[in-house]
Formats: sequence, C-alpha cells, structure tokens
Amino acid sequence: MSSSTRASITTDARHVPADTTRWQRWRDGWRRFRRHRAAMMGLCVLGLMLLLVITASLWTTHDPTRQQLSQVLRPISAQHLLGTDHLGRDMLARLLYGGRLSLLIGGFAVGIGLVIGVPLGALSGFQGGLTDLLIQRLADVLLSFPGFLLALSLVSMLGVGLQNVIIAVGISAIPSFIRLVRGSVLSIREHVFVEAARALGQRPSIILVRHVLPNTMAPIIVQATLNLGSSILVAAGLGFLGLGVQPPTAEWGTMLGEGRQYIFRAPLLTLFPGLAIFLAVLGFNLLGDGLRDALDPRLSQF
Amino acid sequence: MAFCGGMDTLRRYVIQRLVASGLTLLGVSCIVFVMVRLLPGDPARVIAGLLASEDEVSAVRRQLGLDRALYVQYGHFLVRAVRGDLGLSARTSEPVVREIMARLPATLKLALISTLLATCLGVVSGVVAATHLYSGFDYLVSLATLFGVSMPVYWLGLILIIVFAVQLNWLPAAGADEPGSFVLPSLTLASFSVALVARMTRSTMLEVLGQEFVRTARAKGLREYTVVYHHALRNALIPIITAVGLQFGALLGGAVLTETVFGWPGMGQLLVESIFARDYPMVQGIVLIFSALFILTNFLVDLSYVFIDPRIHYN
Repeated sequence: MSSSTRASITTDARHVPADTTRWQRWRDGWRRFRRHRAAMMGLCVLGLMLLLVITASLWTTHDPTRQQLSQVLRPISAQHLLGTDHLGRDMLARLLYGGRLSLLIGGFAVGIGLVIGVPLGALSGFQGGLTDLLIQRLADVLLSFPGFLLALSLVSMLGVGLQNVIIAVGISAIPSFIRLVRGSVLSIREHVFVEAARALGQRPSIILVRHVLPNTMAPIIVQATLNLGSSILVAAGLGFLGLGVQPPTAEWGTMLGEGRQYIFRAPLLTLFPGLAIFLAVLGFNLLGDGLRDALDPRLSQF
Repeated sequence: MAFCGGMDTLRRYVIQRLVASGLTLLGVSCIVFVMVRLLPGDPARVIAGLLASEDEVSAVRRQLGLDRALYVQYGHFLVRAVRGDLGLSARTSEPVVREIMARLPATLKLALISTLLATCLGVVSGVVAATHLYSGFDYLVSLATLFGVSMPVYWLGLILIIVFAVQLNWLPAAGADEPGSFVLPSLTLASFSVALVARMTRSTMLEVLGQEFVRTARAKGLREYTVVYHHALRNALIPIITAVGLQFGALLGGAVLTETVFGWPGMGQLLVESIFARDYPMVQGIVLIFSALFILTNFLVDLSYVFIDPRIHYN
C-alpha cells in the first residue's frame, strides 16, 4: 500500500501541477506574442528573409561568384536587378546566397553558445561551491574582452574562414548564457516544487534536468533570439575587416568590406549588404523583445 | 543602513573588488598568453622570418625563452608585463608598449567623447521618454534605440561618410588631422551606446517614478522638474551608471571597427594591422591593454556605487 501511495504522489508531484502550469504559461505566452505587433513584424521580416535566401535560385539565375569583367560596377538594370560589383558579379545573387551564410553563421554560433553555456550555467547555479566559483571566474574572464574583441582575437589566432568565424563568434556567446542560466537556476532552485522533488528522494541530476531546466527555457529562448542578432553583427564585422568568410564567397560582412573601396563610385555596393545585416539584426531584436514580453512578463519593461 | 559598518566595511568592499579585478586580469593575461602559444606554427619561426636558418630560429627561440616550460614562460611574461614590458613588435622591432602608448590617446579621445555623447543624449532622451510615456517623443526614442542597437556601426560610419563628407562636404571623411575629423567617428561609435543608455534610463525611470517616495515628493508640492531630476533620477542612477560603464568598455572594442572605417590612428586600427601582419606580440599587447582598461572601468563603476547610493551593501 505504502509503495503505491508513494508512486502516485511522485507522479503527481512530477507531472500534474508543474506541467499544467507550464503548458498554460506557454499557451498564454503564445497568445501574448501573437498580439505583440513589433514581434510579429520581426517574425515577418525574418520569415521573408529566410524564404528569400532559401529559395535564392528562384529569384536569380546568376552565379554569385561568377566574374564578368565587362560588366563591372553596373547600375540597377533589368539584367542585374541590384547592379553588379567591382568584379562584375550580380549583387542580387551575392546578397541572397550571402544571406544564407550570414544567417547560418549566426545560427551555428548561437548553437555553440547554447550547447556549452547552458550546461555550464546550470551546473554553476545548481551545484554552487567551488564549481560555481570556477565557472563564474571563467565567465568573468571571457566577459572582460570588451565587446567585439573576444571574437576578433580568437579569429586572429584561429585564422580566417567560415568554420573559425563560427567558433570564434560561438565562444564569445558562451558567457552571456552562463550568466543567464545560472541566475535563473538560482531562483528556481528555491521553489517549493524543487524542494518537493528533493524530499521525494529524486537524484539531483534528475531534478536539474526535469524540474529546473524546463523552467529556465523562457529566458534562454529570449536570450538566444537576441544573441542571433548580435552574432550576425559580430560575424559581419569580422567579414567587414577581411577576417571572416574569405572572397570570392559571398557573405554580407565580406561584401560590405569589399564594397567599401568603391564607396564614392558605387555607394550601392555598401548600401545593400549593410541594409540586409541591419534588417536581419532588427528582426531578431524585435522578435526577442516580443518573446520577452510574451514569455517573461516580469522583464517586459526593459 | 549598510554604512553602519563604517570605514571597515567600505575598505573591505574596495579590497574585495580590487582582488576580484586583479584575478580577472590574471585570467585574461593567461588566456591571451595561451592563445598565442596555441598558434599553429612556431612563433620563433614567425619572428625569425621564413628564410631564417634552423640555427637562427633556435637562437630566437632561446632569446625569447620559448624553449622553457610553459608555466615558466608565463611567469616571465607576467613579471615583464608588470614592469611595463610586453615584448617587441615582430613587425617593427619597436617595444610593443611604446607603440601602444603612441596610439592610445587617439582611441581614448574617441571613446571618451562617445561616452559623453552617449550619456548626455541617452539619459536626457530616456528621462523625457519616461516622463512623457506613450507620447510621440517616446515612440521616436523607442524606434531610434531599436535602430541604434540593430545598426552595424561600420555601415552607419560609411553612410555618414557618404552623406556628410561626400555629398554635403561638411566634414572630413577620414584621418584625425583636420579640426572636425573627430565628429563622424564619435557619432558612429556613440550610436549603439546612446541607444542602450536611453533604453536603460527609460525603463529604470519608469520603475522609480512608480515608487512611493515620488508620490510623496509630488504630494509635498515640489515642482515636477525637481521631482524628476533631483529625486527620481538620482535613484535611477545606479543601473544607468552601470550601463554607461559597460558601454565605455564596449566602445573600446567597437573602436576597432570605427577606427578602420575612418582611418582613425588609434589602437583599434593598430590591432587590425597587426593581425594582418601576424604581429602576435603586438596583438597580445593590445588585447591585454584593452581588457585591462575594461576591467579598470568596471572596478571604477563598482566603486562609484558607494558614492551614489549609500544604501548599498558591500558583500
């Protein structure tokens, strides 16, 4: 008898109350999100952008890296809808195919930040003690490279190229996730349902994965969205300096860096890639702010 | 109140922050040191040049102490760094510190002007937006801050050059020699920070303006100006100062891109040149100095809390 009672209590504690409120929260969040005009605008901009770059071959028949030296720096025309660059390459094709790469770099970099930063932050907050101290010092050190500088110095050491840019930008995204997850875990650790799970004799690792982490999802999603924007910005900055994806491959930052030399003769070469970066980052910022308002109403004012 | 501990608590807090900053700086120096040692290829070979003979390379290796254990090398590196010796530039053979010192004032000038700009513009527009909630100005500030944080600074810089230097011919496009040459780089560099400071000011002010003491101050019949600027703003200062302090650090990092766009002869431009020239001692030195400046700023921000808000607990 006692064992069956215990089992049913365990089930209750583990699933019913926590999960119902959790699902309710997500549903409420979605409702708030749908009504959030700015967030929907961000979603539309990003959705459209994603659609355009994925279906790039539908919109242009030009090869983004094919040079046509007889067609250098051409203005907008029926043949080249956005003109051509200094090597006669079609700007629209470069913008669309380059967008794939820029968005991909952002996605992978944030992926690295999540995969390394979230477990470290969770461990730091849940374990406390020496583990916490060591992980926090690591985050402190990584955060002491001001802004763009961590990615820049990493790339200068790793060397240029797509893979190294992803690694460098990814590593510089790690500390913000460590901080965020640690903070959330620290506050959730004190909730009654965690105490209940502990009282029922669940293993700490199970408590962390099944009860604590799911409740940190909302701020992680918000942070990841905002981080996608800043990662694209950083990666494009590296490309702009000539330390990112290497020519002839098209990538927004690299295109901007190349176009810069022709700023007086052909300002459109810098206008379009810059506008693309701006819109992508703007989209992620709008989306992130909207998600924060929707999922985490307590934080909504900032 | 937390001051009841008196000078002892204050001293302990300062020492605590000092130790923490020192440890962080030590960690940064460690990472910077290891990064250069992890480079593919032999630094001695890089410094000696590709055409050097094997003997010459090993001579360089001995001379640089690269034949010794890593922790011994790190110890030497630290001792020399504390004495202000960061080695010689691989490109010019000049001391790294001397070259950095020659470029540092230009970068600091840019960062300070931008911080000043960001603080004044950001705080004022944030306060006005918060006191005129949902007005046209508030929406304008929200829109401008959103654009500010989403705009690639290097792109903004190029646009400013096209408009103000090429089309209107009001200001020089590049360099630092002409009188107005700092205007465009400072504006560019400040754009991101203005946005963040304005956002932070607006949200903090909103929070503070909703508190009891503000209602009390109004009930006493104080003028709105006094309520907003003397009572509310003072209480909102801590998050704002934190934002400004962090921005100063971010500005140092952002200076790399801005200086490149405008050909501004500062440390950021030197860093990019050194990366391309594979001048690793220089890269190491610049990254270390940038981080040290950033850590110092954060330390000063931590200290400033004590003077702004005596209610702070120092633990």
